[in-house]
Amino acid sequence: MFCGCPADYQAAEPNTRTCPVCLGLPGALPVINRRAVEYTVLTGLALNCRIPEFTKFDRKNYPYPDLMKGYQISQYDLPLALDGFLEIDGDTQLGLGRRRIGVERVHLEEDVAKSYDDRGEGYSLVDVNRSGVPLMEVVSKPDMRSAEEARQYLTLLHSIVQYLGVSTGNMQDGNFRCDANVSIRPVGSQILGTRTEVKNMNSFRAVYQALEYEVVRQREVIEDGGAVVQETRGWIEEREVTVSQRSKEYAHDYRYFPEPDLPPLRIGPERVAELAAELPEFAPQRSARFQADLALSGYDADLLAGSRSMANYFETTLTLRDADAAEVANWMLGDLARLLNQDHREIDASPVTPQRLADLLALVADGTLSTSLAKTVLEEMYATGGEPADIVREQGLGQISDTGAIEAAVAEAIAANPKAVADYISGKDTAARFLMGQVMRLTKGQAQPELALRLVQEGLELQKTRGSLEP
Amino acid sequence: MGSSTENSAFFPTRNPWDTGRVPGGSSGGSAAAVSAGAAPFALGTDTGGSIRQPASFCGVTGLKPTYGRVSRYGLVAYASSLDQVGPIARDAADCALILQSIAGHDSRDATSLPDAVPDYSAALTGDISGLRLGVPSEYFAEGMDAGVRAAVTAAIDQLAALGAEIREVSLPTTQYALACYYIIAPSECSANLARYDGVKYGYSHQGDGDMWEAMERTRQHGFGPEVKRRIMLGAFALSSGYYDAYYHKAQQVRTLIRQDFAHVFEEVDALAAPVSPVVAFPIGERTDDPVRMYLVDVYTLPVNMAGLPAMSVPCGFSNGLPVGLQLIGPHLSEDRLLNIAHTYQQATEWHRERPGI
Repeated sequence: MFCGCPADYQAAEPNTRTCPVCLGLPGALPVINRRAVEYTVLTGLALNCRIPEFTKFDRKNYPYPDLMKGYQISQYDLPLALDGFLEIDGDTQLGLGRRRIGVERVHLEEDVAKSYDDRGEGYSLVDVNRSGVPLMEVVSKPDMRSAEEARQYLTLLHSIVQYLGVSTGNMQDGNFRCDANVSIRPVGSQILGTRTEVKNMNSFRAVYQALEYEVVRQREVIEDGGAVVQETRGWIEEREVTVSQRSKEYAHDYRYFPEPDLPPLRIGPERVAELAAELPEFAPQRSARFQADLALSGYDADLLAGSRSMANYFETTLTLRDADAAEVANWMLGDLARLLNQDHREIDASPVTPQRLADLLALVADGTLSTSLAKTVLEEMYATGGEPADIVREQGLGQISDTGAIEAAVAEAIAANPKAVADYISGKDTAARFLMGQVMRLTKGQAQPELALRLVQEGLELQKTRGSLEP
Repeated sequence: MGSSTENSAFFPTRNPWDTGRVPGGSSGGSAAAVSAGAAPFALGTDTGGSIRQPASFCGVTGLKPTYGRVSRYGLVAYASSLDQVGPIARDAADCALILQSIAGHDSRDATSLPDAVPDYSAALTGDISGLRLGVPSEYFAEGMDAGVRAAVTAAIDQLAALGAEIREVSLPTTQYALACYYIIAPSECSANLARYDGVKYGYSHQGDGDMWEAMERTRQHGFGPEVKRRIMLGAFALSSGYYDAYYHKAQQVRTLIRQDFAHVFEEVDALAAPVSPVVAFPIGERTDDPVRMYLVDVYTLPVNMAGLPAMSVPCGFSNGLPVGLQLIGPHLSEDRLLNIAHTYQQATEWHRERPGI
């Protein structure tokens, strides 16, 4: 956030992404990362926030070994974005429909180093790689009424930051974190109950479960005649419970004051307008457009629009080949998705580019390949990164549509399977399909299937006629 | 830290003019070294007067640049919004050379000014005719050493003789600068020094107990009494419930001090005043009374509050001890100040005086 070190802290060896600034060495000074500020403004705009013209950073002071300077540079009272909202579908089980969930603010700060307390007796280790990595915090208003609504909010927020390219949004990697505050109150009461803060949830599912658990726990406390204590509780995944994290340390007074090493920022309306123009069409809108304009099913449209790279790949393929949207969707969500998932690859890392997929579909459309052969070619394309036309040529996979060639295979199949022929003559039409399968096998799958079936049927009819002519 | 260099981690530095006396502070070592001829020039840092005051106590020339003129990257931070590095040397011409080398924009310091650096040596024309020189009445109030008053007044007369037009001006917020400084500087300092906990580098007190106890002992033994005083002052001024009354208020007063100077610089091109109300005092004389020590800086502090450039120029003696003339200019007027000092030094010999050691 304030230095030039790469932010790939998870992948790197400990303490290899450091410099005097993020180490907090004497004499080091912070310098603002412009793109991080722009990302935060973009996120604020995507969340319908107001972007104040004047914003600043502040020092949040507290001592801890993973906080290198003894203070964290954050934003206190004048954050980058304020007063926004997200629209969720609502928890229909509670009779709640589509409505806005308020976003209090979006602000920017630096992350702290990572402590490892479990490596040995009497000491902890600190990996400073993570120190100084930009953190963008989105604080919602207490408008959600169930764990389901929290899930909807998080899913939508996740989609938005991914679409913006602001975050990869991976909770397991720590790129997308969630702390939740939850309270309960009697139905009809306007006053919010005492809240607890729940931390250490590392997946959307964990958030859902933790909130459900906490609501039940708080209810039991109250029903037993007690009062909910305002505290921080950690979610324990293995036991599916929250436990109190109250420590003996007294609560910190952070003694916030404006960061004197950084000038305040003035983000004028023209700059905000420039950034607003960078906003993409987000997932819900894109999915709606796929459904309306391309007649895709809601299910398929949501999947394709789910990530910006997927949606872009889809639309690029459509423009490269004036194709049937449903056909492209099937290939992307079926065979291509299967191959990518096996490797845990994202679509931008696909060796099958939109151009190549489009070319493959063209080969199916002009009859060169059967659908099943095309699947084989796709696998080869994925494995080698090759062009479909080259693969077809090299492997001689072109569909055989020469009648003569297929007739030879038909004759061979009929000669080799007298029982099937007899079955057909006695009325079992399915035998024709069996023989067609044999023809496909004999032609290494390259016979044009419809043609093969027709020729098999013709050949069998001929047998029938001959048979009936026999004395 | 401090106004006498008696708070040094090593030992007090002695004034070459009288080794029983302080050299001033906090850059007393730098000023003493130049004064004694041990170094041709030195760098100091000035947060509330720490270049100018020791320069005046030691009879050498010192310059505090405009805030942001010289990069703070690499400087152990004390008060981030006030610190500036500057030269201490035998005369203005040398200061001009050194400033030329250290001034300029640094992309690693976000408070560093982008303005181009002029040729400071070329600015030393030796001509100040027509210069409008303001003399702020509040800087000549009661409590000033008579010898200091006499030397500074004589220096101003000398500048008039060299062509400057002298005008009386007023800076009414001068009386608030001391309190303002002693809230803002310690506050920023308390945060800047938080990193010295013995965990990562530097002095680390080993012994029994857990990490927190070790941190406390490191700071207890590692920091001197004046530093601890300022950390505590600062933490208090920033604390919940007191922030508005102290830190916030002090920053508002700071704006007023800045406006005072801006207003005055519409009428004059520079200001002339004493650097300190006193000359070098005996070692140990003020160490028991921190506030009495702080009063030594009343004339230098306002300059840091406003981020202005200022110089200390040797202008005479009082009871055998050097007196410094303070020249203050608007933002980025280092060239003008250096020329005034240089012109004065062409016509006088005070800066050539050397202590007997």
